Amino acid sequence: MAHTPAARIAVNGTYHDYNGDPRRSLLDFLRLELGMTGTKKGCDHGQCGACTVHVNGRRVNSCLSLAVMHDGDEITTIEGIGMPDKLSALQKAFVEHDGYQCGYCTPGQICSAAAMIEELKADWPSALTEGVASNPVPSDDELRERMSGNLCRCGAYDNIIAAIKDAMGKEVAS
Amino acid sequence: MFGTYDRPDQRNMLDQTRQGVIGKPLDRPEGHLKVAGQATYAAEYQRPNCAEGVLVGATISQGRVTAIHRDKVMSMPGVLGVYAADAMLRRAAQGMAAEAPKQDVQIVDFPMQPVALVVAETFEQATAAAKALQIDYEETSDVPFSPKGQETEPGSEPIESGDLEATMAQMAHTIDVTYTTPGHASAAMEPHASIAEWDGDKLTLWGSFQMLRYNVKELADSLGVASRNVKIMSPYVGGGFGSKLGISHDAIAAAVAARDLGRPVRVVLTRQQVFEIIMRRSETEQRVRLGADEKGRLQALGHEAWVSNLPEESFAEPVVQATQFLYAGENRRLAVELARICRVTAGSVRAPGEAVGMQVLEAAMDELACEMQIDPVKLRKRNIPSTVPGDDTPYASRKLAEALDEGAKAFGWDKRAKKPCQRREGEWWIGMGMASAARVNMIMPAQARVTMRADGSVLVQSDQTDIGTGSYAILGQIAAEMLGQPIDRTTVELGDSSLPSGAGSGGSFGAASTGSAVFRACEAIRAVLAGRLKCRPDDLQLQDGKAWAEGIEPRDVTDLLDGDIAKIGRIKPGKTSNSHQQATYGAFFVEVAVNAFTGETRLRRMTGAFGIGRVLNEKTARSQCLGGMVWGIGSALTEELAFDERDGHLVNHDLAEYHVPVHRDIPPMEVIFVEERDPVASPIQAKGVGELGICGAAGAISNAIYNACGVRLRSFPMTPDKVLAELPDPFAK
Repeated sequence: MAHTPAARIAVNGTYHDYNGDPRRSLLDFLRLELGMTGTKKGCDHGQCGACTVHVNGRRVNSCLSLAVMHDGDEITTIEGIGMPDKLSALQKAFVEHDGYQCGYCTPGQICSAAAMIEELKADWPSALTEGVASNPVPSDDELRERMSGNLCRCGAYDNIIAAIKDAMGKEVAS
Repeated sequence: MFGTYDRPDQRNMLDQTRQGVIGKPLDRPEGHLKVAGQATYAAEYQRPNCAEGVLVGATISQGRVTAIHRDKVMSMPGVLGVYAADAMLRRAAQGMAAEAPKQDVQIVDFPMQPVALVVAETFEQATAAAKALQIDYEETSDVPFSPKGQETEPGSEPIESGDLEATMAQMAHTIDVTYTTPGHASAAMEPHASIAEWDGDKLTLWGSFQMLRYNVKELADSLGVASRNVKIMSPYVGGGFGSKLGISHDAIAAAVAARDLGRPVRVVLTRQQVFEIIMRRSETEQRVRLGADEKGRLQALGHEAWVSNLPEESFAEPVVQATQFLYAGENRRLAVELARICRVTAGSVRAPGEAVGMQVLEAAMDELACEMQIDPVKLRKRNIPSTVPGDDTPYASRKLAEALDEGAKAFGWDKRAKKPCQRREGEWWIGMGMASAARVNMIMPAQARVTMRADGSVLVQSDQTDIGTGSYAILGQIAAEMLGQPIDRTTVELGDSSLPSGAGSGGSFGAASTGSAVFRACEAIRAVLAGRLKCRPDDLQLQDGKAWAEGIEPRDVTDLLDGDIAKIGRIKPGKTSNSHQQATYGAFFVEVAVNAFTGETRLRRMTGAFGIGRVLNEKTARSQCLGGMVWGIGSALTEELAFDERDGHLVNHDLAEYHVPVHRDIPPMEVIFVEERDPVASPIQAKGVGELGICGAAGAISNAIYNACGVRLRSFPMTPDKVLAELPDPFAK
């Protein structure tokens, strides 16, 4: 049964047909197959969040998912959020607030934060939210809780939260 | 000019220049690349026809390989080769080794040590074949697995003066306590990775390294090739924290396979391998003896530590490094004893020595302050010595008292309850704690080339790395400041071993060392410009592309340029390294909440005040301090390498089980820089900043836990189970 399922995967709006090794993770598909190395491999076990991308708008650890499982899915990576000459407000805020040091966890932090902001808008509760029906108020602790799947060993956490708040504030203002 | 730094440069030149960019909180110039995922890390270079290698770890703890059953995996799909060459590494190189570390992977020194490399067309094929590879071993058990009860040898020359025991017996207030700290992992986010590619006898290696000048030599020596035939590219490094000071197994394995296959080979360590095979910070047991007279002046100071390493490694965690100069106490014994055990190599992890030594010394100082019923800040200020106890060396600039005062004021230290269990909010005990920060300071040999192009724009080049530290930012700021150009007319190229050798990133010396080399290159360019303007170099004024001097009208600097001016600046440590005791100092203040029922500790806020000499970029320097403080939180509360004492294997070998702090663990943080210039440290009056933020931070947290709930643990990390066992009755009035 040497049958390889094919998957048609949209990455940042461009379709790619995947007929390769079924063992290939979505992360390695992006990095090795497409050469899109903005998505980082930090642990390959869903422990660090460096590989966070959006699958149909939701944040996922791309290392924990196989490429072949994403037939018909729309993937957004950091390259789709903004390239150096056209950064998103969130990316600009990370630069301004020094929301990184070595930069390796950064694309994952930003992808995660972008999806988290949408989760807040949709009133998704977190472990910190009292009662699932209440609107989560994005206090600093709320943001920290929701971003805790993204590790930063350089310890830029305080600056990352400042960057996210800044970008959220600017979004509200505009 | 040889560049030895023998006399303190008192000119304070960066305060006289006019561009006004030095010290400013400018954004990192590479920031737009990092936030878009376009900064390229070691594993990410697209080399044509690149094969993928996966390292195979030993399934025994110690012994030797007797057979590798290659045939079975060679027939697996895509497999290109199975390597166990003599050149391959069994241990990673220690920092600044500049020579091959232990080679020959037929010998097994510790569990999971790499013994083979499997190379295949794809990563999945290589991974599957690596898992399938059968290896026969002959197991030995010569080296013990636990340091407990083992004989030790001196890890460094003990420092002894006066009579510690006799003085302790006479003191009004004494503390004699033993603390333990567990092993730590660097756990940089980017796993170690190498892509090796040969062109004839020339090797290019894209790797993740902290110190290229040494790494080139380590690679060349390991492979038996000339250093001039080795080129390393490491422009972006996804964190190091000591783990990438020396080369590791991936580099030589990739080079060996690439040479054999005649095509590029990429080897990336798994996260588990990063934990298992690179470098650990040794666990420590530390006995601290403090003896103070009636007035709280230390007369006796003992700090003895027991650490471990593999046989034949010279590194011994220098636990008492800062104790030697921080406080008074003429009668002293400071010593580090080393046990030889079978666990992964012990080496430098961020702030080797002080990271664990200071947290324990500062916890013991808190115990003394409690015993004396004196404010812990006062106790420390009372014990700032005028010269280094025991050897009378004078101090270079030292801002400990200022940091203690400014930090205490900003934090609101005066609101701290003098006794434990005084403040309760719901189910949480609230407490405050503080600690001093101290870390030795040094410069290392460094070179950098600065070019002022005919159009006035500036190019800075060095093999210096930026591991998140801010090298790109600060080196550009130094050059822009010295040459009077806007920062956006300045470009910095780093991490290419063919460029002049910087100091590398380690020991907090990268900025001051390589920064001074850039400074001196700029001075040489200024001398040329002054000659052309017909003024003395000291009189030359440069700002926004204009040059002038007293009596000489401003003109465009480009008028003075008929082509590029390229100069190499050099610096080497000289007499100032020994004439004064150089260090950075600071103070930590924290507020914690300890759950009265579960023993869980949460940080509520944290303030750090630091004197680091001249601040070269306020934004990146602050980030370095924040990072150190986050490490302090991890050391205090969660981080602990757990080794199985029966076979030496690392039980918690990944980020799910080794708990680095996460977002939710981090409270609002405040960093204060105490105004300081230190001409003894460097001609740019700067010192190091990369490690100070961790040196003592965990002590402040343990002291706050005591202040909150009266639990004085002497075992880091202070996990809920340990706190819970000591908690007072939560319902007691």
